[in-house]
Amino acid sequence: MDRTDPIIELKGVSFAYPGGPQVIRHLDFALHKRDRIGLVAPNGSGKTTLLHLILGLLKPSEGEVRLFGRSMRGEKDFVLLRTKIGLLFQDADDQLFNPTVIEDVAFGPLNTGKTREEALAISRDTLHRLGLSGFEDRITHKLSGGEKQMVAMATIVALQPEALLLDEPTVGLDEKTHKRLIALLAELALPCVIISHAFDFLSATTDRILTMENGRIVLDEEMRVHIHEHAHKLGSKPHRHV
Amino acid sequence: MIEEVFAVGTSRIHRVDPRHRVVFAAVFSVQTAIGKEPAALILALAAALVLVLAARLDARRVLQRSVPVLAFLMLLWLVLPWTVPGRPWLTTGPLSASMEGVRLSWQISLKSISILLALMALTATMTAATLGHALHHLGVPEKIVSLLMITYRYLFVIEAEFTRLWRAAKVRGFRPRTNLHSYRTYAYLVGMLFVRASDRAERVYAAMRCRGFKGKFYTLAVFPAGRDTVWFSLGMSGLAIAMAAAEWTATV
Repeated sequence: MDRTDPIIELKGVSFAYPGGPQVIRHLDFALHKRDRIGLVAPNGSGKTTLLHLILGLLKPSEGEVRLFGRSMRGEKDFVLLRTKIGLLFQDADDQLFNPTVIEDVAFGPLNTGKTREEALAISRDTLHRLGLSGFEDRITHKLSGGEKQMVAMATIVALQPEALLLDEPTVGLDEKTHKRLIALLAELALPCVIISHAFDFLSATTDRILTMENGRIVLDEEMRVHIHEHAHKLGSKPHRHV
Repeated sequence: MIEEVFAVGTSRIHRVDPRHRVVFAAVFSVQTAIGKEPAALILALAAALVLVLAARLDARRVLQRSVPVLAFLMLLWLVLPWTVPGRPWLTTGPLSASMEGVRLSWQISLKSISILLALMALTATMTAATLGHALHHLGVPEKIVSLLMITYRYLFVIEAEFTRLWRAAKVRGFRPRTNLHSYRTYAYLVGMLFVRASDRAERVYAAMRCRGFKGKFYTLAVFPAGRDTVWFSLGMSGLAIAMAAAEWTATV
């Protein structure tokens, strides 16, 4: 990989679900080393599809996907690089399939060839970093929504990825976990693409906000992250605007 | 949905290496199932009761879980003695209960209760996850173990999905009746559940691939040996020999 090569690059990518309309249309996109990008767009505009195309979970009908400067031609290429980019799924239940938390977090490291001891060490360390110490033997399906989301995040961080793709990471998080996630992303300082509707979250974690229109990514001129004050009932209680 | 009420505990049985428990539960079940001699079967029942006591299971729960089997046995007692041909034992009017029928009923009752109790004491005292790992370590094919573990994990998700669909039907006034509309609604519910389960499976598989899954599962579990395991295995081996001896001396 060249120093200046983007980590992720999409060139003229199109995609349509079988029997459906074209969701992605000649899309160009690049994520560079220092990019932290927020993606805001209405439901059904292809945000999740975009993330899945980047990791080769879906196959574009035309165009080229390049990761770390290399052109990805099929599953064989993706298998080698997929774990270097951590994708957080929209629904944590999709991600957590092991009975216990520690097994789920260790799943990635074990797959990438770490020994049992190394995998355990990485997993414990990751859980500790995410404030989840003591969760090791908890049963995944019995966790609360917010806990599941954080454990799903831990399974991604344990891969020690070089970039992050997060699909609605704040759904179901309480205020405290929300803050912890912001702190974690700042600490990791990884290039990322974050899909979210929570503007306060995006303003804390990303530098640029893009949107999607007609299957393409556009820089939304109208939208700027800003802080404003306004008055409304119950304003003295802690709250969020989404 | 699936409560693992017996899974957590501090009894001696809970401290026995799960692999040993699984192996001896299997040996015990097979031996009891093929046993014929009353002495061997009574021994089996006694052993099963000892195991339940040693596992310190809540008696009320044990009874609760035995109810389906007891109900089935009752049905058996109502039918078998009168239908199996043989020497008459009790005659009431045109009906006669045969000795052979009664003996068969006794055998089946002893066997099923013993096996049920032993399985409760030995395998229900570990979580599904532990059971999966134990099977894996015992050389059961990976695919079967993963099937067991993933089924266990997603049963809850699918149940939640069903509850959601059911609620959606209920809030729009659906009440099951004996008519075509109800049957069709049920069929749609089940169909939708399949569609969602298959979508879910695809997403889970995608998430697994993103974490480098290439078809092989690794397990973190290690089972430390302890004194309880040794005593347990000695005791269960002794039981197996005693049961075999009871069968053998009777046939000679």
